[in-house]
Amino acid sequence: MAGVLVFAEQRDNKLKKPSLETVSEGRRLADAMKTDLSVLMIGDDLSGLEGELARLGADRILKAMEPRLRFYAPEAYARAAEEAVRRLDPDVFLMPASAMGKDLAPRVAARFRAGLASDCISISYEGGALAAKRPVYSGKAIATMAFGTVRPAMATLRPNVFRVLAEPRPGKGTVEELSVPFEEKHFRSRVTAVQAESGSTLDVAEADIVVSGGRAMQGSENFKYIKMLAEALGGAVGASRAAVDAGWIDHQHQVGQTGKVISPTLYIACGISGAIQHLAGMSSSKVIVAINKDAEAPIFKLADYGIVGDLYQVIPMLVEEIKRIKG
Amino acid sequence: MKIAVAIKQVPDTETKIVIAADGRSIDESNVTWVVNPYDEFAVEEALKIKEARGTGEVVVATVGPARSATALRTCLAMGADRGIHVNDPAIVAADPVGLASALAAAIRPLQPDLILTGQYSVGSDNRQVGVMLAEMLDLPHISVVTKLEVGTGDAARIVAHREIEGALEVVEAPLPCVVTAQKGLNEPRYASLKGIMAAKKKPIEEKNAAALGLEGTARGEDGAAVRIAKLELPPPKKGGTILKDDMEKAARELVRLLHEEAKVI
Repeated sequence: MAGVLVFAEQRDNKLKKPSLETVSEGRRLADAMKTDLSVLMIGDDLSGLEGELARLGADRILKAMEPRLRFYAPEAYARAAEEAVRRLDPDVFLMPASAMGKDLAPRVAARFRAGLASDCISISYEGGALAAKRPVYSGKAIATMAFGTVRPAMATLRPNVFRVLAEPRPGKGTVEELSVPFEEKHFRSRVTAVQAESGSTLDVAEADIVVSGGRAMQGSENFKYIKMLAEALGGAVGASRAAVDAGWIDHQHQVGQTGKVISPTLYIACGISGAIQHLAGMSSSKVIVAINKDAEAPIFKLADYGIVGDLYQVIPMLVEEIKRIKG
Repeated sequence: MKIAVAIKQVPDTETKIVIAADGRSIDESNVTWVVNPYDEFAVEEALKIKEARGTGEVVVATVGPARSATALRTCLAMGADRGIHVNDPAIVAADPVGLASALAAAIRPLQPDLILTGQYSVGSDNRQVGVMLAEMLDLPHISVVTKLEVGTGDAARIVAHREIEGALEVVEAPLPCVVTAQKGLNEPRYASLKGIMAAKKKPIEEKNAAALGLEGTARGEDGAAVRIAKLELPPPKKGGTILKDDMEKAARELVRLLHEEAKVI
């Protein structure tokens, strides 16, 4: 048997959007390879999720279930993924490049001494060869990765890049329980609690729209302007390294080379000059807007749209106008 | 407590990337090399743990060409006790599995209680080697850690905070364990002049594939399960629409453009 295998991450028995994107891309790839798509879920409940996976093209759905899998445990999840690989012998194994996928994929790849291309922005199958493109040097260059002969060829897919098809072709959707011989040692490292960040729960890496503040914020209190605009747009709050290093906002929000590398549909940089460090983290955003007092700021070179002006004056006007058109 | 720290020498994050003539790597002629910033958090955490206990040893290990010795020296100047430099053409160009195997072979004989490394190396951006190292050493791991508490005594455990999407996970594991460091874990110290002088006398052990028992299995680039076939710069962006002067008009126009032209709001 061969085919494409996708790990679909769920938390609290909900499939995460990056997982749906990865399943959709897995379907496309399986079609290109003229093969089947299998989807692996790991967790404690996993009820009622099969329909959506089948609708997105899953031919086979494997469920590894057990109460201790409620929270992520790297070695137990890796053991389940290993079992799925041994069972199906897939040519390709995809995971979302989520926090969980980025943690799990290297464990599994090492177990099979397999090649893993991280955080890919495209994946293709041409002339019998699989190739994946991924940003390196934080997006300052794009690498095309080629795989050797070890199977499965593995890749994690960057969130927000691959589309969830609006009208997918459904798969066969056969559901099987995957029995995994778990041992105590598979739970050596395990999550004991998940604490939501106070305030916003929308993460910059997952959001479609990100509004970021930089050095011009001058202090933590002025981030309310960024939050105001982000809220009006239903987006997440980001920040430059300067703002994070100054202690105005938590590192979770940092966009850039030593923060998060993101590709939202819309990125609005407010009072961010556009140091190479920052550009590296957001240059693959689909539409970039810059608001900055300095007309010479490097961020304008990358911007699709920009306003040369004072953000404290401009943002309230933007918020009002957005509310009007959304009204 | 014996702590091993795996580090890597990487181009400074401000480096302008120029593609080399081979079309698969970067031109290194104008690159300033530094210790990977995330590895600095790992070194700092190791030193803090050793200092808090007043006893122990911090060993830094790297895989890389001759220039990488400078990065090890920087870590020794911060306060690490000794270095291990894996330098072998059969390993240096390896894929993440190959690199992790070499690091595992270098670190295993130390029998460390804790292994620290950066959550990823800037540049290659693979985010693989730390976790793979744990797998090869058959140890548990906790990745992307912003807070770490290491227990004492027999059957000591660690508790860590790990960043995930919009939340943090509290993770527990027994020692020995591999932990990968995220920004926020600590503030890495600068090497003092005294530290720099002392580092010159600290030992760095060089090892090749044969010394690590990897002869024949170290597969270099030829045997890589994944490799860079092509490296290119992202396509340049054409100039955008920049609005100025009348702010009220500019704000209205921007929202209209985003709504009607770009169709993103």
